[in-house]
Amino acid sequence: MTRLPSPLAALLFSLTFLASAAMGAEKPTDKVRPPEGIEIGVSTNEIAITSDFTGADLTIFGTLTNVDEYLQQIGQYDIIVTLEGPRVDTTIRRKERVFGIWINTEQMTFSAVPQSYSMTSTRVIKDITTQQELAALNVGIDHIRLFAANYFGDISALDDFRQAFRRQMLDSGLYQANPGGIRFVSPSLFRATLKLPADVPNGVHMVHAYLFKSGDFLMETKLPLRVVKTGIEQSLTEAAYGNSFLYGLSAVIIALTIGWAGSVIFRKD
Amino acid sequence: MTIYLPIAEMSVNILVILGMGAAVGFLSGMFGVGGGFLITPLLIFYNVPPPIAVATGACLVVASSVSGAISHFRRGTLDLKLGTLLLASGLAGSTAGIGVFAVLRSLGLLDLFISLAYVLLLGTVGTLMLIESLRAMRRLAKNKTVSLNRGGQHNWVHRLPFKMRFKKSKIYLSVLPVITIGFLLGVLTSVMGIGGGFIMVPAMIYFLRVPTGVVIGTSLFQIVFVTAYTTMIQATLNHTVDIILALQLMVAGVVGAQYGVRVGQRLRAEQLRALLALLVLAVGVRLAVDLVLTPKDIYSIVTGGHA
Repeated sequence: MTRLPSPLAALLFSLTFLASAAMGAEKPTDKVRPPEGIEIGVSTNEIAITSDFTGADLTIFGTLTNVDEYLQQIGQYDIIVTLEGPRVDTTIRRKERVFGIWINTEQMTFSAVPQSYSMTSTRVIKDITTQQELAALNVGIDHIRLFAANYFGDISALDDFRQAFRRQMLDSGLYQANPGGIRFVSPSLFRATLKLPADVPNGVHMVHAYLFKSGDFLMETKLPLRVVKTGIEQSLTEAAYGNSFLYGLSAVIIALTIGWAGSVIFRKD
Repeated sequence: MTIYLPIAEMSVNILVILGMGAAVGFLSGMFGVGGGFLITPLLIFYNVPPPIAVATGACLVVASSVSGAISHFRRGTLDLKLGTLLLASGLAGSTAGIGVFAVLRSLGLLDLFISLAYVLLLGTVGTLMLIESLRAMRRLAKNKTVSLNRGGQHNWVHRLPFKMRFKKSKIYLSVLPVITIGFLLGVLTSVMGIGGGFIMVPAMIYFLRVPTGVVIGTSLFQIVFVTAYTTMIQATLNHTVDIILALQLMVAGVVGAQYGVRVGQRLRAEQLRALLALLVLAVGVRLAVDLVLTPKDIYSIVTGGHA
């Protein structure tokens, strides 16, 4: 790093001085404040949902610490809260017409992609901070990192696959954004409303909260949240994957019983 | 009224599923077929993922074939030796088919393969059946007698080596065509979810010259065991059997079949075959159209693991 030439340094110094003097004039009690912080909490760390669940709102409360009340009043603090589903490798395939028939010809696997993603914020995220900052933080549906580990082909194809993936996840409701879902209850207390999609995946989700001041990222906090599905359908799914042999055996026994019972009940004597 | 299918991971209208089951049950009772070749395409049309439709179809055939198999077994109208040979080769074929199924699925070609296989099979069988039944109708109109089994005549099948005597069927036949038929049908059970009765019955009558009296019983005997085995391994290895879906289809199908049998008894055999042929062709054409039409979205997401 090069040192600034002294006249310029002097100028900068005086400007800074003037600025703080101006602020000091408005708020005479101002002194060096500790940095702001953000904390969040949920009433439970486990959500049990039944299989006929059709989606719901999840409310998350949070507080800001050491908040500058003046900046808060003029809306300089922004918060983004996201709920990321468990991460899995996800393959996306593209069809092409071959001899008149549509066939899956290309595929791409994105590593560790969240199975669901729900986001809410104080404002539309592009008004909160720059695209570069959002991309660096991986915040927002457009900025979820889609990394194709084993793809060495055409970059434009990669972009098409990414766009198609985001579009389909948005259409299915697994990815959703709810800008404006964060409300300040008091200058330091806020409430965020996230939407849980109908087919929210099982597993450990992660709630992330990001704090911005005047467009600058300050800090992030996170909290795990376990989603557990309950009900007969869930037990069947577990049986089908966990006890697959017994599951298959019972399917066959049920089929044999129903087929046989039918002929007994309807027997013409 | 909707119900969630845990394996297919979709919500379906219970009335639609029951209606489908009853309709296919009715048709299978009427034509004396298992119905796998009808229910699998119908489920695919209703957006059930093809792998689930295939495996659940096999499970359904177990239910629709078992009562017939039991009554033929009681009456002794089956060739146990021939049936066992068909069964052993069928189990081998089904195992091979499951392997093919898993490989195609990982390549993303399974859905296409299932549709293509259906178009080919239904197209061929439907056309052959239609031609045959129209000929029979014409002959009947001219008051000539029809015989399916031209006894005494031999074809190339009877010149093959490794002959074996099947006492019940009163035939002395090479095991090669028997094993081939059993094996191929086993493969079809795995990848298409069909019992294959509508292929096996004509194949036994025309190629193997098995007497018609034991054909149905022998084929049902083979089908029950092969479809039961296929259901088991589909569930164990590929996790594609949806028990909730199968249950609704089976209950509705068993009831529907009873009415189908009654209607079937009032129609003449060649009329039945012509109707069945038209139905088979219609399903095949519908599947072919879906292969050619531009899909709504050319991209599809495959979720990697399962929670």
